Formats: sequence, structure tokens, C-alpha cells
Amino acid sequence: MPVITYRQALNDTLGEELARDPNVLLMGEEIGVFQGSYRVTEGLLAEFGPKRVVDTPIAEEGFVGVAIGAAMLGLRPVVEIMTINFILVAIDQIVNHASKIHYMFGGQVSVPLVIRTPSGGTGQLAATHSQSFENWFAYCPGLKVVAPATPYDAKGLLRAAIRDDDPVIFIESLALYDTKGEVPEDDDYVVPIGIAEVKRKGTDVTVVSYSRMTAVALQVAQRMEQEGISVEVVDLRSLRPLDRPTIIESVKKTNRAVVIAEDWYSYGVTAEIAATIQEEAFDYLDAPVQRVAGLEVPLPYAKELSAASKPNANSLIYAIRQVMSGTKRTR
Amino acid sequence: MAEVAEAAQPLLERATADELKHYYYQMLLLRRFEERAGEMYVKAKIGGYCHLNLGEEATIVGLMAALTPDDYIFTNYREHGYIIARGVPPGPVMAELFGKETGVSGGRGGSMHLFDRKTNFMGGYAIVGGQVPLAVGAAYALRYQGKPGVVIAQMGDGTTNIGAFYESLNLAKIWKCPVLFFIVNNGYGMGTSVEAGSSEPDLWKKGASFRVYGERVDGTDVLAVRDVVRRLRVRAEAEGEPAIIDAVSFRFRGHSVIDSDRYRDPEAVRRGRELYDPIRKFAALLLDHGVVDDAWLKSVADRVEREVQEAIDFANNSPDPKFEDLYKYMYATPVPNTPTAEDAIRAVKINHGEF
Repeated sequence: MPVITYRQALNDTLGEELARDPNVLLMGEEIGVFQGSYRVTEGLLAEFGPKRVVDTPIAEEGFVGVAIGAAMLGLRPVVEIMTINFILVAIDQIVNHASKIHYMFGGQVSVPLVIRTPSGGTGQLAATHSQSFENWFAYCPGLKVVAPATPYDAKGLLRAAIRDDDPVIFIESLALYDTKGEVPEDDDYVVPIGIAEVKRKGTDVTVVSYSRMTAVALQVAQRMEQEGISVEVVDLRSLRPLDRPTIIESVKKTNRAVVIAEDWYSYGVTAEIAATIQEEAFDYLDAPVQRVAGLEVPLPYAKELSAASKPNANSLIYAIRQVMSGTKRTR
Repeated sequence: MAEVAEAAQPLLERATADELKHYYYQMLLLRRFEERAGEMYVKAKIGGYCHLNLGEEATIVGLMAALTPDDYIFTNYREHGYIIARGVPPGPVMAELFGKETGVSGGRGGSMHLFDRKTNFMGGYAIVGGQVPLAVGAAYALRYQGKPGVVIAQMGDGTTNIGAFYESLNLAKIWKCPVLFFIVNNGYGMGTSVEAGSSEPDLWKKGASFRVYGERVDGTDVLAVRDVVRRLRVRAEAEGEPAIIDAVSFRFRGHSVIDSDRYRDPEAVRRGRELYDPIRKFAALLLDHGVVDDAWLKSVADRVEREVQEAIDFANNSPDPKFEDLYKYMYATPVPNTPTAEDAIRAVKINHGEF
């Protein structure tokens, strides 16, 4: 099976879907002539032309609204928001409009829209360019939110998202674009929205993660194996709908859980998962659920301070040891 | 204000007698529907907020008279009249205000969120300015698919102060979208006057920075509104040339049913209702030209009274949405791990204390 990057998997999928369905079009800032701020749309303007690959002005509220309105008439726009930080300018259109139009109008119209955007921080981008807001959208009924961790899932979930008739927020990660993995050729597979996957089997502790933190979790699992701790990694893949049964099934088997996400600790994704585990697997737990998340500051620029504020392999290893020894989290 | 040549024509060259009579009938239907909706609100048959179109009947009927079945309409939350004038019977509209399953949005939307797929009435939207980019997007889709038609982005005067309006003007112009920005300018955004809220109170000029043409029209004159929409509609459809229409009218009551309107001088409101009542003006015009007589006016009033009463009866006799259908319209494409009808019933029982 060919090994390609996460970026290439996205680029291939966008090209294939543009070729498959004339109602699919790409919209976003600098996606055409500039070929994408992170080169995800590289070559697509040349291949498909300006009708299908649309450079927009810097007006996120406006062009996200345009994409929603166009979707209501049957187009299938795939919008790129340069990074998730800028999506806040368009949040009224997403939360008050896209997420509600199908339900609020009694099912008469749907919004087949995908919004792709990288979330999280990397490379000293500082306070306004390093945030994780996927939980804001995962909070909102009517949206679907997916966050693939591997090139295989990136391709399968992007296909599923583009072919889905509802608005899907597609979370990417700057730190994942150059990661590699196996992706089959000539195989029109989709990864279903709303289904998590056990990415690694284990018996001692369950680590629940998504997107870049799944990559971290898989590396850590390998290291822990050498210490004699068998880690099972549950990759959520979808944040809404949330596949609670897969999480619970794993925790019932391992009796211990660590949840890791890049977003801030309070009110973040880890809180939702931890609450789910105590509701549905309380009697199976041998230790309190451990949570690993970002430190609660506007991310500082200084290199060392910045790195220290984000969860990493060390913070996950620490949490795994804590949960194995049964002690409560100390912050 | 741009020059409007249409008004110089004799009345019966501008419309047939049947058309004139139909406009009168529609305006009176909207008037009576809204008066009765206000009553139903006070009787608590209607919940939430309820914004009436009283005084704006000529603006609405004139707009709809200029549109074709290919056209699409996005409005704000003051939209009862628009969906009726577009051709949806008053019964399902009143049923939606009552929150019934037979309502135009299945009782899920209410007064501010009316929708009708069949007539391309693409929804009432209750976040000020939110519908404007959507309308541009619909126009974008028409152009993309090479389909005929234009899109109406209806809004109030207050909406011209929000950012989404300006982003929409820019995008509509650079992308050649067949959209008309239709401003219902009744002089007040809730309690804030146009002069207090807009540094440029001539709202039709607000497209200037975007090279979007604008025109002001007397929103109490049904034929004037119709004719300006017809004219700008042709350009929008043929050339992808968006335009602003600033239709000035007079709001008969407060912002919504529960607004006591204390910020306006009561004497000015009383005088305004006399001077700017589009229906009274139109009736006088039709009588003057011998198009109708008093007996005809009376028969229309009787017909409208009956039709609105039938709408109320229909709404009263309609079923409520079922509890098991709480999640029914959650997603257009079903996916796993979403709540079911059983989940809804269980939650509702607990909510009702049945445990």
C-alpha cells in the first residue's frame, strides 16, 4: 500500500471529489493562485479552474454565509478557513445558521457544507494563532465535527464529509500535515462519521484522544510497552456525534482511563469524555480518570514557555503512571 | 433619489384592473392576518416573539408582484406577510405561529423562522444580518448552475449597520451575484431611529463604496415598489448586477407585539398611520379611477375576514408535534451515535415528572 502524507491524502481527496461531482467547489482565502497557506489545495486551481476553486477575499463571515446559502440550493462547498482562530469571525453563520437550518425549517432543506480548518498550536504562533476551538462546534447540535489523526482517516473522513448532506466541521492539524501513513489506491472507501476506532489494542489502560494527540498517544503506547504497561488507544475521529460505546467498552476492559486533548483543561473535550466514563463505567474504574490538556493561558510566544503550555508525550506518560498507581491528579 | 419614470404612466397602463384588485386583496389579507396574529399573541396562542408587518403591506405585495417562480426570498424575522404574499396559504402560516405540526416549518421554527420549499421562500432569520450572506450564496448558486432567477435579501433598516451586510455587498459585486438587497426602512431599528444609528441615513447610498447601485422608493405605494423591483430584477438576472432598494414605510406599532412604543411621539404615530397607510391610499386610488366601488371593497373585507378566521381555526384544530419526533430533523444524513425517538420519549417522561 502506498505511503503518503496527511496533506497529500487531503489534496488527493479534494481533487477526486471535484472530479466526481460538479456541484463540489472549494472556497477559501489563498487556496487558488497562492495554492493554499499550507499547500493542501496545491495544483487544484490549475486542474479545475476558477469556477471550482474559488479564492475569496478576507471576509470569513461573508463567504461562509455564501457557502451555506449556496449549499441550500444544492451546491456542495468545501470551505477552507486558514486556521481555526479565524473561524470565530464566522461563528454566527455556523452556529446560528448552518447548524439550525435543517431542523428549524422542519427538514425542508439541508446544508451540505464542509469547513476544513487546522486547529491547535505549533511553532511559536502565540496567543491568537494557536487555539483549539473544536469543542465549541462539537457542543452545537446540528453540526458534525470530525478530527482525523492519520492519512487514511483524513481521506476516508473527508470523503464522508463531502458526501454528507449536513454541515461538517473538519479539523486538521498543522503538525500532522507532514506525517505519513498507508492509504490504499483506487479504493473508494469512506470512514463513517460518528465512529471511533481502537488504534492500538491494550489491556492495562485506555488512552482516549483525537487528531494530533492520537499520534502522541500511539508513540507513548509503544514506549510504555517497554515498561510493561499495555496501553489501548481509542481514537475518537468524530467529536460530534461522539462514539460513547467504543470508549466505554474499552474502559470496561482496561479499568483505567487517561484522556488527552490539546485544548484548554476547563470545559474542554477531556471533561466531556471523563464525565462520560464516570457516568457509564464508574463501577469498572480502578482509579480516577486522568486528564491531560493545555495549560490555561493565552499561549505565550517565548519558545520554552510556549512548549511548556501544551500537552506532550511526557505529560501523557506522567498521567498514565498516575492512573496506574491510582493517585489523583495533582495540578 | 433616482428618477422613477414609471409613476408618470396612467394607472390602467401600469396594471390591469384584475391585478390592481389582487394587490388590494393581498394587502388587506396581510393587514387582517397580522391584526389577528397580534390578538392571538395576547391570548397566548402564539409564544416567543411576534413581529408584525402592519403598515408594510405595500412593500411586501409590491415586491412579490415583481418576482417570478424562479426567484428565491430570504427575509428577517418580520416575515409573516412575505410568505403569504409569495403564495403560501394563511392556515399553515398561522399554524406555525401556534407551534403546530401542520405549520410551514413543522412547528420547529415559529414566527421568526417560516420556510416554504415549494415557493422558494428560503426562510425567516432572526439574527440581524444573518440572512444577507445566505441570500448572496443562493444567488451565487444560481449563477454557478446557470439557472434563471434572482434572490431577494430582505432586511430592516437597522441591518444596514452590521458587518455581514457590507461583506455581502462586496461579495455580491465581485462575484456578480443576481441579488437585490431589499431594505424595509420603517425609520426604526427597535427603538433606535435611522438617523441615530446610521452615519448615512440615505440607506440606498450605502452601496456606493462597493459600486452597488441603490434607489429609494415609497414603500407605501405598491405599484412603485413593484416597478422598481421589476426594473432592477432584470439587470440582476441578465448581468449579475446586484442593487439596493430602500423602501420607506411607516411602522404602525412597536417593534414587536409586546413593545409599547414609548420612544415615539403618540401624536406622530397617530398622524403617521393616517398619512402613510398603504391600504387606505390604495383604496382611494382605485375608487378615484373607478376600478372598484364600495360594495367591492366590502366584499373583499368580508372574504379576508373569513380566510383569516379559517386560518385560525385550522391552527387551533391542528395537532402538536409529537414528542418522539423531537430529534426527527436533527440530521439530513443519519449517522450512528445520535439520540433516537426512544431517547426523546424517555427524556420527556422525566421532564414531565413521570418516573
